Amino acid sequence: MTTLLQHPGYEEEKLQRVAELLLCREVQAGTLLSLMGQPQQRCYPSIFIYGHRASGKSHVMNVLLKELELPHAVVSCVECVSAVLLFEQVLLSFFGCDAVSLLPRSPSLSDFVRIYRQQCSPSPAKQTRYIVMEKAELLRDTDANLLPALLRLQELVEDNVTVILLSEIVWDKFRPNTGCFEPLLLHFPDYSKGELQQILSQDRNPSYSAEFYSAYINILLGVFYSVCRDLRELRHLAALNFSKFCEPLSEGKVKETDTHKLWRNIEPHLKKAMQTVYLREVSSLQWEQIQQMDEKETGALRGLSAHTHVELPYYSKFLLIAAYLASYNPARTDKRFFLKHHGKIRKTNFMKKNEKTSNHLLGPKPFPLDRLLAIFYSVVDSRVAPTASIFSQISSLVTLQLLAQVSHDDQLDAPKYKCAVSLDFICAISRTVNFDIVKYLYDFL
Amino acid sequence: MSKRKVKDAPLPLGDCLTEAQQVLRERFCRQQLPDRPEGVEAQHKHLLELLKRTAVHGESNSVLIVGPRGAGKTMLLQCVLRDLLEETEVQKNLLQVHLNGLLQTDDRVALKEITRQLHLENVVGDKVFGSFAENLAFLLEALKKGDRSSSRPVLFILEEFDLFAHHKNQTLLYNLFDVSQSAQAPIAVVGITCRLDVLELLEKRVKSRFSHRQIHLLSSLTFTQYLQRARTQLSLPDNFPDSKFAQEWNEDVTTLCEDKSVEEVLQRHFHSSKDFRSLHMLLMLCLSRVSVAKPTIKPADLLDASRLCLADAKANMLHGLSILELCLIIAMKHLNDVYEGEPFNLQMVHNEFKKFLQRKSNSMYNFDQPVIMKAFEHLQQLELIRPADSSAAKTQREYQLMRLMLDHSQIMEALQKYPQCPTDVKQWAMSAFG
Ligand SMILES: Nc1ncnc2c1ncn2[C@@H]1O[C@H](COP(=O)(O)OP(=O)(O)OP(=O)(O)O)[C@@H](O)[C@H]1O
Ligand SMILES: Nc1ncnc2c1ncn2[C@@H]1O[C@H](COP(=O)(O)OP(=O)(O)OP(=O)(O)O)[C@@H](O)[C@H]1O
Ligand SMILES: [Mg+2]
Ligand SMILES: [Mg+2]
Repeated sequence: MTTLLQHPGYEEEKLQRVAELLLCREVQAGTLLSLMGQPQQRCYPSIFIYGHRASGKSHVMNVLLKELELPHAVVSCVECVSAVLLFEQVLLSFFGCDAVSLLPRSPSLSDFVRIYRQQCSPSPAKQTRYIVMEKAELLRDTDANLLPALLRLQELVEDNVTVILLSEIVWDKFRPNTGCFEPLLLHFPDYSKGELQQILSQDRNPSYSAEFYSAYINILLGVFYSVCRDLRELRHLAALNFSKFCEPLSEGKVKETDTHKLWRNIEPHLKKAMQTVYLREVSSLQWEQIQQMDEKETGALRGLSAHTHVELPYYSKFLLIAAYLASYNPARTDKRFFLKHHGKIRKTNFMKKNEKTSNHLLGPKPFPLDRLLAIFYSVVDSRVAPTASIFSQISSLVTLQLLAQVSHDDQLDAPKYKCAVSLDFICAISRTVNFDIVKYLYDFL
Repeated sequence: MSKRKVKDAPLPLGDCLTEAQQVLRERFCRQQLPDRPEGVEAQHKHLLELLKRTAVHGESNSVLIVGPRGAGKTMLLQCVLRDLLEETEVQKNLLQVHLNGLLQTDDRVALKEITRQLHLENVVGDKVFGSFAENLAFLLEALKKGDRSSSRPVLFILEEFDLFAHHKNQTLLYNLFDVSQSAQAPIAVVGITCRLDVLELLEKRVKSRFSHRQIHLLSSLTFTQYLQRARTQLSLPDNFPDSKFAQEWNEDVTTLCEDKSVEEVLQRHFHSSKDFRSLHMLLMLCLSRVSVAKPTIKPADLLDASRLCLADAKANMLHGLSILELCLIIAMKHLNDVYEGEPFNLQMVHNEFKKFLQRKSNSMYNFDQPVIMKAFEHLQQLELIRPADSSAAKTQREYQLMRLMLDHSQIMEALQKYPQCPTDVKQWAMSAFG
């Protein structure tokens, strides 16, 4: 395993240590190391490393550069909202704070390159200097020259420097129109299920046996692997749910080896976690609190994910229902649904020949205000006629983004709206006012 | 292959390899100038004569070097400069200003840089100039010798020349070309660009002041020459410290280049790009695999390097998708077939997916809409799908129209390679390719 990481010019011990830290990434680390060559040798001017989230791109780079004590600057494009921060960080890492103070106010790329050259000509790199750009895809949104300049930085500053870009987006989506210096491309493949198991099992709590923890990870992967392969998320989920897994054990109900019982205990719990924690609908803290509550109370979680905690005034609910109907029913069917004595009109009577796709696939259609009001009065009719100001309620629905106003600049007097809530949501709302909305939806006739 | 006898060599094998890596990396990675540029003798001669006229005889001139990326434009100029500066007279007199369209993004920055490179910052001080032309004229005037009878020739080199054409009013270009046409001061303007249509970017008044001299670096290389080039680029120079090692290395390289499979690989690269730079990348990947345990480049190394260079990145990314995400892509593929490439939204994709699920009893893939939404968003984040129009701000996420950025063969390949792809999913996918 460690034979992959052998390279003249580096100390054996350090390489050994690197290999230990880079479980399941030995091949990638080995390739990188052989590209980097010995510290004083040249490396390719720019390298583009791509792979899925949490596939160890940053981890491998950090371990290699830190453990082998190579001169480097790691720059996160998320944090560097302006290029200035990037310039400062690079100059600081390579030449110290004196170099940074040379940067003029609002420095340009030209200033950066000039100062870099000034600084490195008296002290040319004895070892390759590395600049690692994290989340490099964000470079595309900044100054258009920054990316092409970084790719050929070696040529521009005439120093032994290599720029390494890390991204989860493929290189083809970076290439500028007039081309640029093409970086060397390296792919970090996703971790297989076995590898994830291996890496996650490393985090085991010392008070439990390795087998026990590894059985837990196995169950966890069984639930989440088909949806999520992100090591970072899985690790988070593993940490969050472990105490629940251990519960029957601490209560003395089962033995450590009784995997089946442990599985039966944790599986429904993990499935619930998928709907909540994974989707970030509750914070980890809330989840931990919920875990301490009774089973019954946790039923409330479903409510959370349906967003029904939005409390609306009574008539606003009907307005929203009317808006939903107006958005998803063809206007010509309004008669059928809302006229009292429409006689018997079958669906086939107003069904157009080529109408195959359901409106629930195409999304809401815009409707004018008068149609909304017509439907509203018809659905609300048996109940007390509304006195509240309808218009202000409509605008507050727009503010809540439950309704969307479709702007038509040319028709100022006739605004149009779209309903912006899901079927689940509107069904939940309808239930609270005892309105059976499904009966009124053309798609479900 | 020859077996190296370490004991007979004046240097141990490890040292020889370190030295070989050093030399070749300078060539592939640092873009070190070759002793003699290959295959561009005519262009070299032309440019050298042109610049000599400015440097020696004080004539002004302008020229553009045009050629694709990595074709050797910068190298050509640098080689010419190296040869030009061999004359001590020139070395003493000639001033150089190097500008780069990537760095000097407007003419104010460019002028500052010119001042700096001509060491005239102190002369200029806080002087204020009425116009760009006035400022430039002042700079050139300041370069005149004590007796003011003759000016020192200045060479202006503009890398990524086309980017300067985007500067406001093309002021810098206008003024440089203007000076090069009048007899104000001897200057030569050398523009380097990869845009063949570069002249169309120039405003009329700028264009009319340009000499219209262009040096093209369009390679008409044959494959035999390309193969020869690969061999010379991998070979060690005569002055290598250990001549025995160098000789054996070069023999091995020759054998390598005669290998049938190597020839095939190089042929494939030759057809996609003939430039030096992409060849260097390929050879660099081979070189990086050389170690004491394996001291020569084998055909397999070239094969692997080529595979790395030509790998389909999107297929690589598809490999790491979750099974849910893969299913969504298959559903999109179906929709694309049914609706002939019309954009789709998440609801439609989900519906298509549900149709598949209905056909099977297994409930393994019954995910809630939000989980599916998250998968959909991940695909969007990876730019495997992209919004059909950007004005969709007001649309709910599940109804936003999207397009699939993958083609038939990429999905197909991904399915073949996908680890433990369930048979029913595979069959479902196949039904779209029918
Ligand atoms: N092979 C590994 N062994 C141990 N921990 C790892 C390994 N790979 C990744 N990790 C851990 O997983 C987390 C995510 O990895 P990392 O930050 O390297 O991912 P990344 O590929 O850079 O992802 P992103 O594209 O989101 O930046 C880190 O905390 C890292 O320490
Ligand atoms: N004729 C040649 N003989 C030997 N080496 C060459 C030759 N042409 C190009 N090279 C080498 O190829 C590499 C790329 O050349 P160069 O940097 O000059 O390309 P370029 O045309 O300036 O590209 P770009 O448009 O991206 O700036 C350099 O390492 C250069 O030394
Ligand atoms: Mg990262
Ligand atoms: Mg160039």
